[in-house]
Amino acid sequence: MKQKLSKLYSWIDERVELQDLVQFMGKKYVPIHSHSVWYYFGGVSLFLFIIQVITGIMLLLYYKGSEELAFESIQFIISKVQFGWLIRSIHSWAANLFVLAAMIHMFSVYFEKAYKKPREITWLTGMLMFFMALGFGFSGYLLPWNELAFFATKVGTDIAGVVPVIGEPILMFLRAGEDVTGATLSRFFGFHVAVFPGIFTVLLGIHLVLVQRQGMSEPEGFDPNVKEKTMPFFPNFLLRDLLLWLIVLNILAILAVFFPWELGKKADAFAPAPAGIKPEWYFMFMFQTLKFIPAKVLFIDGEILGILAFGFAGALWMFVPFWDRKSAQGEKNKLVNYLGIFAVIYIIILTTLGWFL
Amino acid sequence: MQEQPQPTEQPRRSFLKYVLTGGLVAWAGSVLYPILAYLKPPIQPEVEVSSVKAGKLADIPKESGTIIKFGSKPVILVRSAKDELRAFDATCTHLDCTVQYNKDKGMLWCACHNGTYDLTGRNVGGPPPRPLEEYRVITQGEEVLISKKS
Ligand code: FES
Repeated sequence: MKQKLSKLYSWIDERVELQDLVQFMGKKYVPIHSHSVWYYFGGVSLFLFIIQVITGIMLLLYYKGSEELAFESIQFIISKVQFGWLIRSIHSWAANLFVLAAMIHMFSVYFEKAYKKPREITWLTGMLMFFMALGFGFSGYLLPWNELAFFATKVGTDIAGVVPVIGEPILMFLRAGEDVTGATLSRFFGFHVAVFPGIFTVLLGIHLVLVQRQGMSEPEGFDPNVKEKTMPFFPNFLLRDLLLWLIVLNILAILAVFFPWELGKKADAFAPAPAGIKPEWYFMFMFQTLKFIPAKVLFIDGEILGILAFGFAGALWMFVPFWDRKSAQGEKNKLVNYLGIFAVIYIIILTTLGWFL
Repeated sequence: MQEQPQPTEQPRRSFLKYVLTGGLVAWAGSVLYPILAYLKPPIQPEVEVSSVKAGKLADIPKESGTIIKFGSKPVILVRSAKDELRAFDATCTHLDCTVQYNKDKGMLWCACHNGTYDLTGRNVGGPPPRPLEEYRVITQGEEVLISKKS
């Protein structure tokens, strides 16, 4: 058995020069320190993304993306197809855990200042993937064509439409018309299963190659030359990664089985928005903010102000490697920490308020 | 001898540069334009509805709001406690949700961000920035008709 395997290995090696790849992977070391636990969340996000790809393709085999059939086809998946309910439930839960894991990953990279030179590109691709994850969530939410999704999409796209000058064309582009209709559904379906996955895969490829080339970022004052303080990525750290993936898979299975994702009522363009309507939790803090901002602040519309503020905060976050010159030079930058802590607290408070108010 | 070709070479080179960049821009434009134009949804001619039947007066309960299809838009027909009939565009002026009649408050209410309007369509609470557009209600005998105000 072992002989056969090594024969197979050398057969492939002769053709694709695996040796280089193994060396490439073997070069990376993972620093061991008190914040090492944060190194795991990138891997967890990756794992959840892989699950999304697999379950997504499975759902695609039965899903029909049209106004008349979308809701019914999901009903069919969860009631007639064997284990259909499980696959759908896993896809929905994993989407949420994916956003959560990516969020934790982003914030840990932020607080560890791992975005600083030479990792700016790694950070930017990561940021873009994070925004894309939100896009996946938003576009996927509409696909079941239920009441909540219908109004969530109306509100979400209308928010985009509020942006001065470019808002109106964007709104038309997103909705494929003035209103949310079957045409919007087709469009979102296209984004969700073709446009986003394509772009995301390219970004992910760049991101992973860079992580592999640049190695893990080390915290300040870390001495990588002490042998006990590092661990080879391949295979030692990877095995730990895999163990964690198994745990995540179990959590996911428990959530999916015991809290199956609901389908709700079919969307009706001529029904009032249902009471208690809420967006997905990761949009909640923005939603709640929009609720609190009054209709007019001085002479500007409340929403416009809110959206511009969030746009500004997002840009600030995305471009942190470029304005945080201090960290790049190895100095402490307290401002970055304060901003980050403020963002975390803000998100937590407004999310809870949105949930219980 | 060596210096001679310089002045003629320079304009020729910059001329080439203009031609090339110009060509490149034109080429990029001719590729991008159809793509952008394709992405913009065509405007579907909508059947102009000027008035719709909302049903028989006897079928509309007091203190209620019913959503009526006005072409492709929802319109809410309200019969108040004082037996007034009024109709409004049911699309919330805040972020496009559809409003409903709230009996407890005796107001129009939007569930999305808790916006409220009084029974004349004025935005009185929450985030909506503008009042709801009012429609005209005509009763012809038993029949209730809704039409756009012009
Ligand atoms: S959409 Fe009606 S209150 Fe926001």
